[in-house]
Amino acid sequence: MELSLGLLGFLIVFPLVVAAILLVVRHEAPRRVIVCAAGIVIGVASVALVVMNLGATCTLFEFQSEALDFVCTGISVAIAAVIIGFAVRYRNPWAAVLAVVQIVGTLVLEFVFAHDIEVTYGLYFDSLSLLMTFIIGVVGSGICIYAVGYMEDFQAHEPAGAPDRRPLFFALMFIFLSAMFVIVFANNMEWMFTGWEVTTLCSFLLIGYTRTEEAIRNAFRQIIMNLAGGLGFLVALYSCALTVGTFSFYEFLAIGMSNPVLTTLAVTALAFAGITKAAQMPFQTWLLGAMVAPTPTSALLHSSTMVKAGCFLLVKLAPVLHVTPAAAIMVMLVGGITFVLCSFMAISQSNAKRVLAYSTIANLGLITACAGVGTPEAVWAACFLVLFHAIAKSLLFLCVGTAEHHIGSRDIEDMDLLFDRMPRLARFMMLGIMCMFIAPFGMLMAKWATLVSFVDTHQVALILILAFGSAATFMFWAKWLGKLAGIAGAPENVETTVKPTEWASLLLMAVLLVLSCVFLPFISVFTVEPYLLSVYGTFGQDISTDNLWLASICTIIVVVVLFAGVGRNQKSRKVSVYLAGVSRDDDSRAFQNALSGTAVAQARNWYMTDVFGEKRIAPVGVVFNSLIMVVAFVVAFVVTPMFIF
Amino acid sequence: MIAMTLVSTLIGTLLFTLIAPVVGCFLAGLDRIVSARMQGRVGPPLLQPYYDVRKLFEKERASVNSVESVYVGAALLFALLAGGVFFSGGNLLLCVFVITLSSLFFIMAAYSTRSPYAEVGAARETLQVMSYEPMVLLMAVAFFQATGSFDVGAVFAQPHPIICAIGLVFLGVLFILTIKLRKSPFDLALSHHAHQEIVRGVTTEMSGPTLGLVEIMHWCENVLFMGWIGLFFVWGNPISVALALLIVVLVYFLEIWIDNNFARVKWQFMFKSAWLVALIAGGVNIALLAFL
Amino acid sequence: MAFASKSPWVIHYDGSSCNGCDIEVLATLCPGFDGERFGVINTGNPKHADIFLVTGSVNEQNINVVREIYDQMLEPKVVVACGICACSGGVFHDCYNVIGGVDKAIPVDVYAPGCAVRPEQLIDAIVAGIAVLDQKSAALAAARKGA
Repeated sequence: MELSLGLLGFLIVFPLVVAAILLVVRHEAPRRVIVCAAGIVIGVASVALVVMNLGATCTLFEFQSEALDFVCTGISVAIAAVIIGFAVRYRNPWAAVLAVVQIVGTLVLEFVFAHDIEVTYGLYFDSLSLLMTFIIGVVGSGICIYAVGYMEDFQAHEPAGAPDRRPLFFALMFIFLSAMFVIVFANNMEWMFTGWEVTTLCSFLLIGYTRTEEAIRNAFRQIIMNLAGGLGFLVALYSCALTVGTFSFYEFLAIGMSNPVLTTLAVTALAFAGITKAAQMPFQTWLLGAMVAPTPTSALLHSSTMVKAGCFLLVKLAPVLHVTPAAAIMVMLVGGITFVLCSFMAISQSNAKRVLAYSTIANLGLITACAGVGTPEAVWAACFLVLFHAIAKSLLFLCVGTAEHHIGSRDIEDMDLLFDRMPRLARFMMLGIMCMFIAPFGMLMAKWATLVSFVDTHQVALILILAFGSAATFMFWAKWLGKLAGIAGAPENVETTVKPTEWASLLLMAVLLVLSCVFLPFISVFTVEPYLLSVYGTFGQDISTDNLWLASICTIIVVVVLFAGVGRNQKSRKVSVYLAGVSRDDDSRAFQNALSGTAVAQARNWYMTDVFGEKRIAPVGVVFNSLIMVVAFVVAFVVTPMFIF
Repeated sequence: MIAMTLVSTLIGTLLFTLIAPVVGCFLAGLDRIVSARMQGRVGPPLLQPYYDVRKLFEKERASVNSVESVYVGAALLFALLAGGVFFSGGNLLLCVFVITLSSLFFIMAAYSTRSPYAEVGAARETLQVMSYEPMVLLMAVAFFQATGSFDVGAVFAQPHPIICAIGLVFLGVLFILTIKLRKSPFDLALSHHAHQEIVRGVTTEMSGPTLGLVEIMHWCENVLFMGWIGLFFVWGNPISVALALLIVVLVYFLEIWIDNNFARVKWQFMFKSAWLVALIAGGVNIALLAFL
Repeated sequence: MAFASKSPWVIHYDGSSCNGCDIEVLATLCPGFDGERFGVINTGNPKHADIFLVTGSVNEQNINVVREIYDQMLEPKVVVACGICACSGGVFHDCYNVIGGVDKAIPVDVYAPGCAVRPEQLIDAIVAGIAVLDQKSAALAAARKGA
């Protein structure tokens, strides 16, 4: 246990040290070495922690420090100061107001209400934290390593004389990792809140990295929405201080499960914070805006960290939500509506990063809905959705980033013939896409479990939402996949200049993805089930292990087909495609037209804008979800007794 | 008990691989004769589909790329596996997922050719999948609600045929069955009638043995889908299988009749009507089962 | 036994026909004559077809199209020239723009003259074509075995 605590502390502190070093290193070569080495160290430490504690139930560590409390408050003040500084500089009153409210709220809480509340067990971990540790430590550091090569290309694409802010960039990435570890390991909710705010600030700075007008605008949108979420967290802390009387997350959950009336407001507010962080409608726009950030940030933001922090919190709350109907209905409906509407809107997008963003929001919606359902089966599904989504999405973001640098576009239509132009990358991308939406890959196994849990709890609306949302999911992924699959002639292979660090992390993600899909039953037994057992006292796997193995076998077949089956060697006679007339050039699909001129056949994907356009769909979700949340808060305020102590 | 499902699925898949093409071939032959009679013709011999496929395998091996046949092979493999899962009494939801995987490989095969006509077909096929998928998923859910299990074998433990509980879902499935069987008016991606097709939709670039595999896949798929239909009419009584077979024949006849009487519709109509049917038939029935 | 003869799928191309022969070709597949009795199916796709039915003569505009369709058909394949124009150019044989019958572009296996060619004659021509198809199929199978 001593060793585990040591590792746990190491995972929080070490990235900070690395960040500090990176901030002062201005040369490419040493930075590369430091980032790669640190990434590997963090990855190994995370895996070690996970392996040492396989099947762990909740393990609390006696760890409290007055000094740390003050450090946390200091960090909160510093964060607010930075935000106010930027808000003044870029004249954004909303951000400034929210930051001021937050800073005042934090100080009042710390010095007036929370002064006497002590949390003996400051740190903890359980199997869910370990799952997150794996995601943050392995996927997150993989992204950091990828960023080395990517940012070199990125800087090269910048106009000459552009300031090189890469030291800050990499420092932020590592601070991010540290803050995420704080969120998953802190039992003291005040510390957790600090980690929460640090991730908000980091992503604010990362989104605004390029300092273009658009980047600044999107960064402020993000900060305003997440500060609002942060206020939700703060409300929860006040409620904890006044009504529940503890800042220990563990105790809070225990009280919530036995006496939900006390915690209704806190749970609703925390769920609200989670919903903003997970970019659920009506807050989906910040995640869409985050697209301007360089790709590793998008990947980090989307997959392993920021949004997963929201999911993590919601999943942790699931057992309490299970007995808190008002908050549960809010979480379920917000998640469900977000899932189905964002899946619809993804159909209408041709920008690869936007498709990924919408699909991310949609899947987070599904996780949110599962958390709202709150049964062991639903949480089982949510855990796997978190895991597979993290890996598959990172892989996809990294692929799109690399493709963008080599084909000069992130539009899906421009990815025509990627199978020829970047054969290895295209296969990785196809693997990632397939994992997102099709059986037998993990994501769909998790969706299967989700469906079963919805049926078990008679959530008719959610069943319908899942059925229609999944159908839409098929549409937008399949047409992208199709674009990638095209083969014609032998266009120039442009992937020879992809950096080795990029290949390394792409390969890491792909291998992780395949392994986690194939060994899903083991992950269930050693990670997810112990967590459920410790929280609910029962197991959550609702799909028979045999069927899971059947899916594993199918996974292997698909992977073999994708990586070994579809080669270049053609045994049959090669013929040209049919162009209804006289072909002029087969590879470019040019044919002789009626006037003996040359015409080129083009085929674009369907975007169905008049059915699934953003303008039609988005307002529906924004209005519905806002109303739902307002109602939930009103109920929570009415139900919860305000002062007990 | 461990691995029982795996073994039964394997055996089921092998048996399905042997039997389904034969049954599907006869079904296709019957389909063509009945269609011809409806049009006042004599029609081809019963074994015509078999002759067609044998001929396709005699043809020269040629293709536009090296991967198309691999994808088609994968599609066929997963169609067989889906059939195996279903007829070995396995998990209905898994069967639905695997047959969707099969459709995806078929779509990818078409896209990989990069032929404009095949791409149009593939895009339409994708749309078709999106159109029928909600109803198919809701069918599995309703089945679970009616029997308390996703296992197909559970119907044999029922005192009544499940249609008594999920009649509305049956009607919904009947509606999308026309899409799944590639019958007019919903044969947008790939029609068996040259007169309403842009070249040949999804299979434009597939030729010779590859096309033969596609035909075999369709036979197997049809058997599987008719199995879904039969499922609604089976219960704990062995005679019920005979009744289910009779119903299957009637439903197939109905599909042929629809095929011959309606011209192809636009995608908007297919998509909207299929979703509307799924929402009403599936939603109402599931809500009734959940709350009553 | 070769199955080519049991399932002759046809593709029809109108070169420069006056449409008389085209109507007859389609009539062949209609209930009155029911070509499907012999497994004949009209495909719209050369890649699926075994028998190429060409109507009308060959000219500068369509000669490349005729050749391309022929090239895209898979072995074994048979060409039937339907109607006198397709056989020899017919009454248009000495027009300034007409090159001649289909055999000026691609090898023709069966000639079915007539103006317009009758469905009965077309069926006969297809049946004659089937025999050629069988021979070619056997030759292909032998070559494959030998190879």
